[in-house]
Amino acid sequence: MTSTGTTAGEHPLSAPRRRPRRSLRGEWLLDVVMRSIVPVLLALVAGGVLLAALGRNPFTFYGSIWTGGISAGAWQDSAIRMAPFLLIAAGLTLIFRANIWNLGYNGQFLLAAALVSGYAPKLVNDVPLWLAFAVLFLLAGAVGAVWTVVPSVLKAKYGTNEIITTLMMSFIGIDVASILIKGPFHDPSTPLPQTAVVPLDKMLPSIPGTRIHIGLLVAFGAVLVVHWLLTRTSWGLRLQVMGANPRAARHFGIDLPRLIIVSFAASGFLVGLAACADIMGLWGYIRTGWNPAYGDTIIPFVFLARLNALAVVPFVAFFSVLSTGGDLAAQQANLPTDFLLVLVGLILLFMTVIEYLGRQRELGASYVPAGLREAFRLRRRTA
Amino acid sequence: MIVASQLWTQIFWTSAIAGGLVAGLPLMFTALGESISERAGVLNIGLEGMMLMGAYCGFLGAYYGGNQWYGYLAGIGAGTLSSVVMVVLCVWLGLDQIVVGIAITLAGEGITSVLYQTRFSSSEPRLGDVPGTPIPLLDRIPVLGKAINGQSPLFSQPLVVYLGLAFAFTLTWIFRRTNVGLNLRAAGEKPEALDAAGVSVLATRSYAVLSTGALTGLGGAYLAIAGTGGFQPFLTQGQGYMAIVIAMLARGRPLAVVAFSLMFGIALSLSTLLQIAGINLSPEVVNILPFAAIILALMVFARRAYLPPALALPYLRGAR
Repeated sequence: MTSTGTTAGEHPLSAPRRRPRRSLRGEWLLDVVMRSIVPVLLALVAGGVLLAALGRNPFTFYGSIWTGGISAGAWQDSAIRMAPFLLIAAGLTLIFRANIWNLGYNGQFLLAAALVSGYAPKLVNDVPLWLAFAVLFLLAGAVGAVWTVVPSVLKAKYGTNEIITTLMMSFIGIDVASILIKGPFHDPSTPLPQTAVVPLDKMLPSIPGTRIHIGLLVAFGAVLVVHWLLTRTSWGLRLQVMGANPRAARHFGIDLPRLIIVSFAASGFLVGLAACADIMGLWGYIRTGWNPAYGDTIIPFVFLARLNALAVVPFVAFFSVLSTGGDLAAQQANLPTDFLLVLVGLILLFMTVIEYLGRQRELGASYVPAGLREAFRLRRRTA
Repeated sequence: MIVASQLWTQIFWTSAIAGGLVAGLPLMFTALGESISERAGVLNIGLEGMMLMGAYCGFLGAYYGGNQWYGYLAGIGAGTLSSVVMVVLCVWLGLDQIVVGIAITLAGEGITSVLYQTRFSSSEPRLGDVPGTPIPLLDRIPVLGKAINGQSPLFSQPLVVYLGLAFAFTLTWIFRRTNVGLNLRAAGEKPEALDAAGVSVLATRSYAVLSTGALTGLGGAYLAIAGTGGFQPFLTQGQGYMAIVIAMLARGRPLAVVAFSLMFGIALSLSTLLQIAGINLSPEVVNILPFAAIILALMVFARRAYLPPALALPYLRGAR
């Protein structure tokens, strides 16, 4: 391996490479660190500067994220939050691999959540508990999937931009959920606009020895299934061919409209499961105006994981800690929790930049694109 | 048929148009901006964040400057500044426009909410009313010219409204009749051709994105200053996305943008309208209406929605 450089000077064509090759493993590790962890660190530093500018101590802020998200029993709270995050991440990974943008996850999530919390209080008393959970998970998944039908059919038939349609359906879904909670699912025993509460002993059981509900296991299962689908099945291959080049995919004889509709539905199904895990594992009821918008903040981590379903797990774990601890930290620093949105946005921005730098380095290309250099030269000449 | 008779009164229609103007103007500015950058081949998903930046800074400008014009200027400045991110990352470096757009939206939502709540959460100050500028003669028309329900009368709108409408006509002229407009369209239709003609694609797209930012910031500032008379976190409530839809439906024609914006403005101000007409609907149903209208419009006009071929594709010289 290392002997490639010994022939230096013997023949001009066999001139050695300037840079000695690192071992593949080292290169891979460096690549992962550079592309995944550096953006997060940069965002944390930039967020720290922002905190300092707001007159807060960034070290105490990040310190309380640690105490609120990991130390003592807090890691279990983070793990509980991780269940819906992972399911949404799995759904987004699947659809983004097809280069389709399902940005309607909030509506899909809330609508599924409203239906689950509407039917759960009755269902858990009427049928055996395992059956109730199965029915509720399937119901939630089905609701999420149904809510993708309009965008996916419009995209499949007319090529309508799905970003717009999913967003519109999302807004509609959020309001429909609110109507459902105020109307048919309203708990008559309270004037508050909320559903009846599922009794504590009828919620999803926890993993023995912890407070973490088994929704997390469902989430891990879903992640594994998505990874298997994407990497080990012909369906996954077709999906990725479509994502990489729709025209080539059509040339191969892939039924694009059907694939678009099915993958969209699968994505919505997983988002629906997330809603069921969250309601049946943690909350037990839903109130109008509650919109956690989990998906908004999960997107960056799906990208950081390079749309790899398994690689998403550590990132989502990190974000679960960040968001669980962030609630406490924001409260102590007297800041709104929306500060986390800034952090997440910064992570996305730094990620794209690092990605760009990495790609140019790989190609051995200049960091300044040719057209840009040209533009500046042009301007200087005319000025 | 009492309802029907109340629906058809002139009061209803004047307040419908006046309300549509107030609610539709932010959409119009933002969608005009978006149609500029869409024509040039840049899909700006970050409008929501830019609008919020414009709204917050516009609010600050009007609040501390004591004059609506400072507010509009501050909004334009904030929008332009936040679009610089997009210029550098998407136009110059050719990074993914959708990812950067999402990032701008998230960061804009977060930062405006944090800044507002840390500084104004206890006081929640309001801005004064914006004086209208009556159009001579027209404001003396009997029914249409009168103020109804405290709304500013139809022919006495804030000066920005007239300027905005005039700008839409100017933009039509720019798109159709000038070299700048031709360059913009070429940058979205076939950037290679523009490059071959000796015009820098990057510069054309940069100016387009910057003007999108300026207009979006102005839209946000108008929403804060004239629309709601103050700022709240997440004030825009998805209007940035609605503007993208309007730009897409209008296929980059500024006058169509104006028409669609007024339509959606009327839909947005529908809750007050329905109260005038004596119809009580739950706020959720009213909220759904504009979005449902968009989905319906997309279903009906789906075949006719047109996007430039090079939209959302970075231009890299010599790349295939």
